[in-house]
Amino acid sequence: MNASTLPDNAAIGVFVLCFVATIVLGSTVRLWRPFLNRRKAATRHTADEEWGLGGREFGAWVTWFLVGGDFYTAYTVIAVPALVYSTGGFGFFALPYTIIVYPFIFAVMPRLWTIARDGGHATAADIVRARFGSRTLELAVALSGLIAVLPYIALQLIGIRTVIEALGFTGMLPLLIAFVSLAAYTWLGGLHAPALTAFIKDVMIYIAVLAAVIIVPIHLGGYGAMFHAAAQHLPPVPDGRIVAQGQTVPYATLALSSAFAAFLYPHTLTGILAAKSADTIRQNAVFLPVYTIVLGLIALLGLMAHAAGIVTTSSSQVVPQLFLAIFPSWFAGFCFAAIAVGALVPASVMAIGAANLIMHNILPRHGESVTGSRLAGFGVKIGALVCVVFLNAKFAIDLQLLGGVIILQTFPALIMGLLPLRLPAPALIAGWVIGSFTGLGLCWMDGLKPVHPIAFAGFSASVSTGLLGLAVNIVVTLALGSVIRLVLGASPSTLRVGPGVRR
Amino acid sequence: MKKALFLLLPFAGLLWVPLYNRHDPTLLGFPFFYWYQLAWVPVTSVLIWMAWKSDRQS
Repeated sequence: MNASTLPDNAAIGVFVLCFVATIVLGSTVRLWRPFLNRRKAATRHTADEEWGLGGREFGAWVTWFLVGGDFYTAYTVIAVPALVYSTGGFGFFALPYTIIVYPFIFAVMPRLWTIARDGGHATAADIVRARFGSRTLELAVALSGLIAVLPYIALQLIGIRTVIEALGFTGMLPLLIAFVSLAAYTWLGGLHAPALTAFIKDVMIYIAVLAAVIIVPIHLGGYGAMFHAAAQHLPPVPDGRIVAQGQTVPYATLALSSAFAAFLYPHTLTGILAAKSADTIRQNAVFLPVYTIVLGLIALLGLMAHAAGIVTTSSSQVVPQLFLAIFPSWFAGFCFAAIAVGALVPASVMAIGAANLIMHNILPRHGESVTGSRLAGFGVKIGALVCVVFLNAKFAIDLQLLGGVIILQTFPALIMGLLPLRLPAPALIAGWVIGSFTGLGLCWMDGLKPVHPIAFAGFSASVSTGLLGLAVNIVVTLALGSVIRLVLGASPSTLRVGPGVRR
Repeated sequence: MKKALFLLLPFAGLLWVPLYNRHDPTLLGFPFFYWYQLAWVPVTSVLIWMAWKSDRQS
């Protein structure tokens, strides 16, 4: 770590105050929430649905904060600028990714929500089981979700640790603080905790980011000067381009595969399924892009760090170091608290999403209870902690990359399953297996890179590995699907049509 | 039909990278590459809203 600037007690004081206040608010949500709801709704929901899905009654505003809160994570605030810092314009692919994801959500998610509501489903695997009547496929989808989300939680813990370290603490203490705060917050509050504290996180992040995008250019003499100064520190790109010629296909395919994968994760899907109505989701598809503007500004922090003369080899320290360099220390402490709270909210939703998967889909069913879900959520967090402690941060990032490849392979079962294609479960399972192995195998052979070079009919480029795996998956699923239909005829057992297909 | 077009436009505008992979013209100091993509955010919001509206009409 490059400790060029050390914070003082003011920074630590503000950080502790903001962070602790949020945790207390989130953990005690059961005590103060009734005061907000004047209408004293009779709870028609089981305690489990209440803890794991917020009673499926979040309106437009809460959904907006919740989905925004767990989609744009603290890891985003640290990692996107870090990528822009090290690769320049290429790291900006997070922007098209978080734009095109919304037409996709608008087209797909209201239908998925309707199916989930009608069938009382809480997870992607629930939906797939009901749709295809296959326990194996349910397990495949549930395990994919669990494996994909675990390193994601680990990265949030690393996010909290990063800012506590930037405050000058070392050793195991930062990680311990991160873990205990997350565990208490989720155990006590359930999904209501992140939903109602997400707005604190957002307001804090907005203040931090707006301050940065206003103050830094003033220091440097405007945005033009900032872009110019940053360009001096990055590898030059010829012909007035921003992204090098060979990088444009990786840029586009990474954006596309990330957009397809984004809402297959258990945590993002939990946020969607907790909405009150299908129209709540449509409305959010219109208004959630506001977050993307903020994301674009956050990405620019990577260039601003160059312009502000931040030199660090540990790219995750880019944003903390920038804040320490340009802000008075009490405000830097505030910004760090924003990042830490920004990690707490999504990590909590992730743990709940994973707990839902374990309780509903992986364990053989024996009465769903809140304590069971809480224990499962706690177990998931322990798993994430183990990822951080025994494997290093680099490994968590690699694992998250592999998680993205894996989660993408549930796309045919969950999303293509919405189309009137009548895909048989065995074909989907075969596609899932072959697609996952192809994607993971290519990733492994390339030395854990997100893109794989392909050459086809005189055209050669690097394409997102997850997308390649998905292409193989879809081809296998469709091919095998038609073979099965030809051989068996339309056997009703394999082509069971679940509820919600009518429309 | 119109709805599908509204929803597919952002994909076309953003995934064809050579379309906007250049420095000039700049806007308020932002190279074209950056402001073009940022401009797609409000445009996408409006397109989705229009798709929603055409949905309710039909």
